[in-house]
Amino acid sequence: MVRVVLITITLMFLALFLFIPVIAVFAEALQKGIGAYFAAIADPEARAAIRLTLMTAAIAVPLNVTFGIAASWAIARFDFPGKQTLLTLIDIPFSVSPVIAGMLFVLLLGVRAPLGGFLADHGIRVIFAEPGIVLATIFVTFPLAARELIPIMQAVGSEEEEAAMVLGAGGWQMFFRVTIPNVKWGLLYGLVLCNARAMGEFGAVSVVSGHIRGHTNTMPLYVEILYNDYRFTAAFAVSSLLTMLAIATLIAKRFLERRVVPAKQEQDDLAIKVAA
Amino acid sequence: MSIELRNISKKFGDFVAVDNINLHIETGELVALLGLSGSGKTTLLRIIAGLETPDTGEVLFHGADASDVSVRERKVGFVFQHYALFRHMTVFENVAFGLRVIARRARPAEAAIARRVHELLKLVQLDFLADRYPSQLSGGQRQRVALARTLAVEPKVLLLDEPFGALDAKVRQELRRWLRRLHDEIKITSVFVTHDQEEALELANRIVVMNQGRIEQIGSAEEVYHHPANAFVYNFLGNVNLFHGRIENGRVFLGDTAVELENTHAHAHPETGKAILYVRPHLLEIVMKPNGKQTFPATVKSINPAGPQVKIELVAEWGDLVQVEIDHDRYRELHLEPGANVFLKPKEQKLFVYSI
Repeated sequence: MVRVVLITITLMFLALFLFIPVIAVFAEALQKGIGAYFAAIADPEARAAIRLTLMTAAIAVPLNVTFGIAASWAIARFDFPGKQTLLTLIDIPFSVSPVIAGMLFVLLLGVRAPLGGFLADHGIRVIFAEPGIVLATIFVTFPLAARELIPIMQAVGSEEEEAAMVLGAGGWQMFFRVTIPNVKWGLLYGLVLCNARAMGEFGAVSVVSGHIRGHTNTMPLYVEILYNDYRFTAAFAVSSLLTMLAIATLIAKRFLERRVVPAKQEQDDLAIKVAA
Repeated sequence: MSIELRNISKKFGDFVAVDNINLHIETGELVALLGLSGSGKTTLLRIIAGLETPDTGEVLFHGADASDVSVRERKVGFVFQHYALFRHMTVFENVAFGLRVIARRARPAEAAIARRVHELLKLVQLDFLADRYPSQLSGGQRQRVALARTLAVEPKVLLLDEPFGALDAKVRQELRRWLRRLHDEIKITSVFVTHDQEEALELANRIVVMNQGRIEQIGSAEEVYHHPANAFVYNFLGNVNLFHGRIENGRVFLGDTAVELENTHAHAHPETGKAILYVRPHLLEIVMKPNGKQTFPATVKSINPAGPQVKIELVAEWGDLVQVEIDHDRYRELHLEPGANVFLKPKEQKLFVYSI
């Protein structure tokens, strides 16, 4: 009885807050027919927003994955002063509201700030331009890869890396042949999460963007503009693209999780055997 | 290649792992570093490999200082305690790794690599497992793959960290014999770390007994077992009974009984003072009648007749527990029962007295 009630509540909750909205997005997007749907996506402003979003992710994701690997490796392998501080600092973007992060960049790099003024004098606009959007996105996404990789790096341990060195491997050979393959599923997982967040980020990007149509609108910002203009079909058409990204991310996440967990499991089994 | 360690010390924080160690290992020797965990033996092994940098002192390979030679250039083979096989590579690729990372101009051709890998896998009798992954192997098989992988780069020195520690007893025995044969065949200078005295005694040409970062004794199995340098070594190599006694005018007293000991291996004991006496269980005889001052009384507490020797636990007159091992023939002669009052007679020439 209790089971039935709990399952029913869970399912109703999911239906109300997840399934119905997702279906509604697609229903609303296709309301005026498939032609109107594609027309909305093919609109030059929509295409510019999609392009900017893809570009932002294409810059932010590789940078953050690189940072994530470096930070997690340093944290898992070495003891150095300030290690705890670094761990705390990595979490800042999680604990700070994205809007505040955006404001921070405006304060620092806006035309009236010394640094921003200096850059503007040399013809570089950061705020209300693409660089600001990329910066804000990097800030918001940078814990994702590192957080995912730190526990995996720690679980794998350094013995295999030492073995590689004793066998004559150089630093990079060790890194690409042993370190990276050992964490590859966790790395992909972090990459997927990082990408989803980079494409979907609204708050921080909204502050630094300036909403210049066709120039500084990412997909989430463009959806808001369309919605405020009462262009619902177009708004939902672009939303549906983001929704599809979310669904693809979830599927990839499921798949990768299954790969990451057995790897950890195997490590544990080994540890148990050794202990015994 | 010979190895020479000079004044090696290493600290981790406040903990002194290795304390001013000097050691010379000849070309082709098989040496055991024997000690309890925390005695610094693994740290010493890692220093030889270059995986750890000593705070002071130097490591010489073949007479040349290796302090500035990096791990990858030292030409040492290191077998890790938990093997450290590359889990994402097949057995074949694991063994081939050391050959594949050689700079391109010096690297053997693919066919030569394959030939060498199969040769090594045959040597460790695992050629049929070439396509498996480490997780699909048993502990003993992993160990042998790790050895083959290490030998692939033709190291000048082979270092093994607790090579049989994670294996069950049967497999351990087998691998031990196999390693001994392998060493006889390829004559590579080898050092292995172990906490198992039996393993050290059986395998090594020479044994280095370590304790708290220092070397207590270096010697052959015969030397460390029969002529231990001090109480620690005697205590560590094999079971031992420990008696608190005293020395008066060169005579040893246990409890109230004066035990006259001729030819004791007394180590710098004074004429008078407290002493600790160590006797191995099989070096105590059980007799039914006292024999002057060479025996002391004890009561049988329990008897364990399983095994090649009968293990008997007794309580000495003054309350200490005493372990004695006698052979089955003698046991049948004695008709021992728990509670029986008997006398113990040390075979004095094997008795050690240490003044404290």
